[in-house]
Amino acid sequence: MTSALDITKGINALKEQIDAPTAAFFSSCVHCGLCAEACLFYTETGDPRYTPIYKVEPLRRIWESEYTLFGKLKKILGLAKPVTDEMLAEWEPLIYDSCTLCGRCSMVCPVGNDISAMIRKVREGMVAADHAPEGLIGASTRAIKIGSPMGVRLKALKAQIGHIESDTGLTIPIDVEGADYLALLSSMEIINFPEYIESLAKIFKQADVSWTLSSEAFEATNSGIQIGCSDIARELVQRVVDGAEKLKVKYVISPECGHAYTAIRWDGPNLIGRAYSFKVVHILELLDELQQSGRLKTSGSLDKKLTFHDPCQLVRKGGVEAQPRRLLEQVASNFIEMNEHGNMNWCCGGGGGVSANERADELRIKVFNRKKTQLQEINVEVMVTACANCRLVLEEGLEENNMDIPVIGLSELISEHLVEDGEKNE
Amino acid sequence: MELFSNANDFLLWVRGDAFNIALSIFVIGVIIRVLEIVLLGRKKEYSEPRGSEWGPGLKNIVSRSVADSGTFKRAPFVIVVGYIWHICFFIVLLLFVPHIELIHAMLGIKWPGLASQFIDASTVVAIAAMLGMLWHRLTHPVLKFLSTYEDYLVWLVTFLPLLTGYIAFHRMIAPYPLALGLHILSVELLMIVFPFTKLMHAITLFIARWYTGATMGRKGIES
Repeated sequence: MTSALDITKGINALKEQIDAPTAAFFSSCVHCGLCAEACLFYTETGDPRYTPIYKVEPLRRIWESEYTLFGKLKKILGLAKPVTDEMLAEWEPLIYDSCTLCGRCSMVCPVGNDISAMIRKVREGMVAADHAPEGLIGASTRAIKIGSPMGVRLKALKAQIGHIESDTGLTIPIDVEGADYLALLSSMEIINFPEYIESLAKIFKQADVSWTLSSEAFEATNSGIQIGCSDIARELVQRVVDGAEKLKVKYVISPECGHAYTAIRWDGPNLIGRAYSFKVVHILELLDELQQSGRLKTSGSLDKKLTFHDPCQLVRKGGVEAQPRRLLEQVASNFIEMNEHGNMNWCCGGGGGVSANERADELRIKVFNRKKTQLQEINVEVMVTACANCRLVLEEGLEENNMDIPVIGLSELISEHLVEDGEKNE
Repeated sequence: MELFSNANDFLLWVRGDAFNIALSIFVIGVIIRVLEIVLLGRKKEYSEPRGSEWGPGLKNIVSRSVADSGTFKRAPFVIVVGYIWHICFFIVLLLFVPHIELIHAMLGIKWPGLASQFIDASTVVAIAAMLGMLWHRLTHPVLKFLSTYEDYLVWLVTFLPLLTGYIAFHRMIAPYPLALGLHILSVELLMIVFPFTKLMHAITLFIARWYTGATMGRKGIES
């Protein structure tokens, strides 16, 4: 049950979110409607309520009535539309079910509004006013209490490591103090795609990378970022920072996950209020760097016609765009781009916590139609991506549409083409 | 008319007191609005930057004027008519010789104007574009849904200077001082409404584009 206290907290949280960019964005919107055309929730449903700038109306009302002279005047005269508990309840599905924080609207807006960043801000108010979806509340609670949004414990990770070590004869280092790199994982990789861990071990062995996992900080995902609660996000980031500083590593590797990179690379230092003592790299950045410097050697390639799905958080929020393409050049002879790709790629439909929010399942499957259309235009046999969540959402969407296209992680693809020991370097 | 004994008196008032009032509201209003924005500032960034802010911010101010091809295909009307309207409007505003003379008298700067038949044609095209945009706003599901009274008010106060300018130029209302006075009055209305509405985008879009370009530039994202 929400109370009067919750709505006050919600409004205060929204007030705290207003900064100069937000004020400039709201001042500049001319209601041209182009952001709707950038949003798969609008293009695939035709519902105008899914227009991105409409979704941030609660924040706009707070900005107008609290941070503009004219708005304050309107408020005094009783002409301002207030933000109420009912309003936030009505907006909850718009903010959580029909926005993946993909950021495509922010690329398209002709006046340059970063609408997606404002939706992230509205989520802070939603959480404070107790209007976040059950699925995300559950994931955040598990993340705080157990250490993983999916409830994955160290025991489960160790079991997976045991399997990989006995199957492959590789060693997966844990808690090695003074290693250069601390690798983080997402729960989805531990449970659904342990081949990622195996790929890391194979690649790092060949490239002679000094690395480790941490038994205290192995989870990279950050439910606080998805639900929009800085307090939770801060605590989760702090665990990684503590783990990395304890092992005195030089680098932390963000895994094949979109929002984890945003969380640890860009938002993390701001959340804890200081710069890190280590650097953060995405696994694709590291693989690219290893390949450029000649430490990572591959031979042969996958000849099937394949395409790369850019995870939104990596490309539009993270700036990792050229690396996967350079890597694919080495291991895929028949790589083609989707018509809109790179920083204009379309989201899988499950980012920003949408895939963890069961209430949104039906809508998510519906808007997958955008990806389906993109794939039909180029008719590929294989999809490659670099985010475990995109991968699961893509797999589910493809299956739902009876499309027989396997989805693989890029690190895994690279590891399958490593030059074997004793094989002559090309 | 009771307020003015004749059209000349009306024109004199419009050019004098009314203009000064409108200009004051416009200038003070715009300054307040811009200060309201920039004084809010931004939180300190602790993450290690991948790129710079200033260059990409400035580049985004220019590059945001060009739509990506996918969006263009999905919404050609808004983009094409948007371009036509803005270009024609600025031609009329800045290249009509009497407008240049007014700016010269006020600010002391001048530039060559266009022959009046070009201005006349641009006015007609701008009026047609505005009617098209209004029709689009009233019929497109997203625009119809998003639009508030402000969108229509802004349309009206932008449309009136074009219409009255056209009427005055073609002497469609007599006497001429009345026609010219109505034109100037409509511009004054536009200036008064400007700081309180989305018309502010003409100024704040530079700030908005810069911030977004800078944020993305810092992260190494092509915006």
